[in-house]
Amino acid sequence: MSTPRPSVGRERPSGGFELYSWYFFRISGLLLIFLAITHVIIMHVINTVDRIDWNFVANRWHSPFWRGFDWLMLFLALLHGLNGARLAIDDYIRPRPWRIAAYSVLWTVAIIFLVIGSIAILTFNPEAFRQAAMGS
Amino acid sequence: MREPWDKGASVVTTEVVEPKDVTQPPATRHTLSAYRGYRPPPGMLAWAFHRISGLGVLLFLLLHIVDIFTVGYGPDAFNSLLVIYRHPVFRVAELLLIAGLYYHAANGVRIILIDFWDRAYHYQRELFYAVLAVTVIAFVPTAILMLRSFF
Repeated sequence: MSTPRPSVGRERPSGGFELYSWYFFRISGLLLIFLAITHVIIMHVINTVDRIDWNFVANRWHSPFWRGFDWLMLFLALLHGLNGARLAIDDYIRPRPWRIAAYSVLWTVAIIFLVIGSIAILTFNPEAFRQAAMGS
Repeated sequence: MREPWDKGASVVTTEVVEPKDVTQPPATRHTLSAYRGYRPPPGMLAWAFHRISGLGVLLFLLLHIVDIFTVGYGPDAFNSLLVIYRHPVFRVAELLLIAGLYYHAANGVRIILIDFWDRAYHYQRELFYAVLAVTVIAFVPTAILMLRSFF
């Protein structure tokens, strides 16, 4: 007779949205290790906050590669993090009205931050400010 | 059939239970000192640190999205916000953020190992200590380099 596998950590959900969420955590987590540690090394170790300013960001986002890199990281980190917050709400907020309120806040935050983050990364046009600075 | 995590050893133990002194009520004290000497199992600590570090990094991410949104409003708007990040209090918070991020990344790998590699279950305790070691080994040089302008 085989013994059941002892449960360490969260059990794999049997299907549906929770199973997609389970896989999303793991796949996005692996990608984020690469993305976030690269980001930490470039933005906190090689360049520190003493050196980073608007011009630094403008030069960085001159390259479509870094815009894509930052947008992918924004998308994955926000959904990974808010999905984690969703599980925390599941665990701690039991009364139904409060749960509905918490989920509403969560998904509202998710949509607003995905939109403003995407606007910031994708629509940024440094030339507009450089021309204005030269004209004055 | 024996599963990989089944060591096959019998876990059934017969213990002789001493009769308890029923004249004395059990001492239950709901004070902090009642928890003195309690050592949470590593798996529980790993989980608690994972959740705390995850929510902490998420909080910073939301702040970071707000600050980067001001980049679109020009150099003055964005640069005026940088006093927050250059403040000594935030420089310390930044270290905490990196420590939390490294822990979350290392423990995330531990979780994936336990999920997809059956034998990892046997080593989950050792894996937790490895996660702590990796976090410290990665964090110390990062912290020294981040604070180099103060030395």
